[in-house]
Amino acid sequence: MTGPSPEIDTHSGIETTGHEWDGIKELNNPLPRWWLFIFWATVAVAIVYWVLMPAWPALPGLQGNTTGVWGQSDRADVAADTAAMQAERATLSAKLASRDATSILQDHELSQLALSLGESAFGDNCATCHGAGGRGAKGYPRLADDVWLWGGSLDEIEQTIRVGIRSGHTETRLSEMPAFGRDEFLTAGQITDLVELVTSVSGRDADAAATARARPIFEEQCSSCHGVDAHGDRSKGVPNLTDADWLYGGDRETIHRTIYGPRYGVMPAWSERLDPAKVRALAIYVHSLGGGE
Amino acid sequence: MSASVSREQSLDSSAVGVGLVLLAVLILAVNGAAHAVDWAFRAHAWMFVIAAFAGIAGLWLWHEDSWGRPRFDATEYEDGIIKAGIAATMFWGIAGFTVGLLIALQLTWPNLFYFPDLGWTNFGRLRPLHTSAVIFAFGGNALIATSFYVVQRTCRTRLAGGIWPWFVFWGYQLFIVIAGTGYLMGVTQSKEYAEPEWYADIWLTIVWVAYLAVFMATILRRKEPHIYVANWFYLAFIVTIALLHVVNNISLPASLAGAKSYAASSGVQSALIQWWYGHNAVGFFLTAGFLAMVYYFIPKRVERPVWSYRLSIVHFWSLIFIYIWAGPHHLHYTALPQWAQTLGMTFSIMLWMPSWGGMINGLMTLSGAWDKLRTDPVVRMLVVSVAFYGMATFEGPAMSIREVNALSHYTDWGIGHVHSGALGWVGFVTFGAMYCLTQWLWKREKLYSNAMVEWHFWIATIGIVLYITSMWVSGIMEGLMWRAYNEFGFLEYSFVETVSAKHISYIIRALGGGLYLSGALIMIYNLVRTARGDVPADERKRIPAAPVLQPAE
Repeated sequence: MTGPSPEIDTHSGIETTGHEWDGIKELNNPLPRWWLFIFWATVAVAIVYWVLMPAWPALPGLQGNTTGVWGQSDRADVAADTAAMQAERATLSAKLASRDATSILQDHELSQLALSLGESAFGDNCATCHGAGGRGAKGYPRLADDVWLWGGSLDEIEQTIRVGIRSGHTETRLSEMPAFGRDEFLTAGQITDLVELVTSVSGRDADAAATARARPIFEEQCSSCHGVDAHGDRSKGVPNLTDADWLYGGDRETIHRTIYGPRYGVMPAWSERLDPAKVRALAIYVHSLGGGE
Repeated sequence: MSASVSREQSLDSSAVGVGLVLLAVLILAVNGAAHAVDWAFRAHAWMFVIAAFAGIAGLWLWHEDSWGRPRFDATEYEDGIIKAGIAATMFWGIAGFTVGLLIALQLTWPNLFYFPDLGWTNFGRLRPLHTSAVIFAFGGNALIATSFYVVQRTCRTRLAGGIWPWFVFWGYQLFIVIAGTGYLMGVTQSKEYAEPEWYADIWLTIVWVAYLAVFMATILRRKEPHIYVANWFYLAFIVTIALLHVVNNISLPASLAGAKSYAASSGVQSALIQWWYGHNAVGFFLTAGFLAMVYYFIPKRVERPVWSYRLSIVHFWSLIFIYIWAGPHHLHYTALPQWAQTLGMTFSIMLWMPSWGGMINGLMTLSGAWDKLRTDPVVRMLVVSVAFYGMATFEGPAMSIREVNALSHYTDWGIGHVHSGALGWVGFVTFGAMYCLTQWLWKREKLYSNAMVEWHFWIATIGIVLYITSMWVSGIMEGLMWRAYNEFGFLEYSFVETVSAKHISYIIRALGGGLYLSGALIMIYNLVRTARGDVPADERKRIPAAPVLQPAE
């Protein structure tokens, strides 16, 4: 190559390589010492790490890999940790499962354990629908108040968690309001009148004439479950219509939709997924959220 | 002269070659449209039909128009394609930043930015649209445009291949449109940063091979004895991306007339190949290619020699050799064998100094011209981009250490890390290069407004700082929350609690992204006014008016 010969850069006093591209030249500065030092240091760190830890695979055709001086193995560590945790959990579970919820609550240490397990299990399994802290959402009951569909005692809550609602479990909690509109038990006019009645029993202004027309319909079709005074019936999971708490909403349109064709929401039977101790802990936790009876 | 005239009157061989490729695409695409087994494939087949038809028509019109005239003047650089590249870069940049802002808002207020009637606006569809738009559309067009500019200047020769460079440019835009519309229609092979399905992958392979051929042919007919360092980096980027793209996308289509395909590898092998690809897409697309920009635009803009030729050689080869091993650090504590994790981590640590070699050479090239940091905001943008590069390439090896990764992995820290590289390094060096190219190609003495570059610089910098600090906070916070146990050994927080705890950080992140987008909009205005040759009103006043002739009394 017969390029121009190296020249000295006037600013730095460093020699250039003598090449030039589109006006760009290159100085011939040496590699920075600190740069080279740190580079070799990182190489040294890597080599030490290879010696200590599993690092290089065997040559092709041979099995395995270098296991390292420390012989550390993530899989062995995880297996040991998991076994230790399961052993610890087994003792705790036995304690929780062997005593009923009321007696657990009387034991300070055990109740703290149950609440702690319950909170953790609630976050992983229940909060998806019932919200963090059980604040509820449309179609998913709020668990932090004293309004209960199936009862708010420790045993009733535990039973609900265990068997679920419309879950397919043999003992499932089951309530089915007829689809009065969809299945043509009532006419459109009758349903519209009933909406006014439900609005009025929950303490709001409603069309008096429609309410009066709906009274006999309510007594004939609704009172057998919701009660003559519309206060509901927890033994059958029937909601109270006179309060301000609504599962799907208390505006006229939503009430109309409910009477026309209910939604039959489902809660899984958690006994099929969680061990008895965890179900009991969940019941204690939900009971503690604010509305336990 | 007579030889060249007679050649111009015959068919141009590159035009024939491109025409044949387009004809083959047209025939295949018409067949695909006729026999499509799903509506997304039919839509894409029609897009290919339209594109191939438009390509052939355009080619024919251009060929007829240039009949008897020199088509490719070997004494001049091919600059039209670079001007088109600047426009494409900025267009896709704005598109990508806007989608990014939208998905940031979706994460911040999921109920407000949720449109159940418009399924294609779902986060899952828009997220790959954002990543592909910024990496491959914005970054890719910047790489193609600057590489075509730099290789011509530093080889002192016109781009080789006749019309082929234009095939690369338009073929690449077609790939972007096919990929992007595919995501919105739900077409994906579910590999991060490699989502496009098999037919889009094949098309990109054809375009990329043409790109490699054009670039290599131009280097081979250079009029300089040596190959400039920027071209080594561009070439490493083009060759390695071809290799990564082909290997990671090997798959078997369920039907030759359908969008769905099945990957050749499965399980942990598939994961390892995917992250070998994913990590080196960062290493060779977003690092090597953009380092090439540093090696041309910084010395050119500050008019100083590259600081160390020796460092450029050593850090180039060490970067190339070590980067390719580092991918397994994306799979720490997974089903990947631990020895592979060890290698991924240790090679990432060794990558630290090779990465910093580029930063040192970029920054030290300013020695003797540090005053330009004050006087030229474009230089400041280039230099700050190198600083962000240095920060991200330190943070990366740190995060690859298994114990650090145990905290950082799957958290927003990763998002912050990526964006300090993407917004700070890739974005700023691209902005700097685009400011330079617009000024130089349209032959303006200076940009329309340096003040606007200052505004762009500060707005975007504040945006980046807000973005990465908010992600550090939320990432480390959620990492700590995930691993927090209470006194009884149960997890302290449920997942939903860790999500709601990030709300404030998400608001700040969206604000940062909004600022970054605003800066880019100011830039576009500035570039358009520069290209038009406008002069700001207050500067016009300062130019002394020519004496006006007064009528004699």
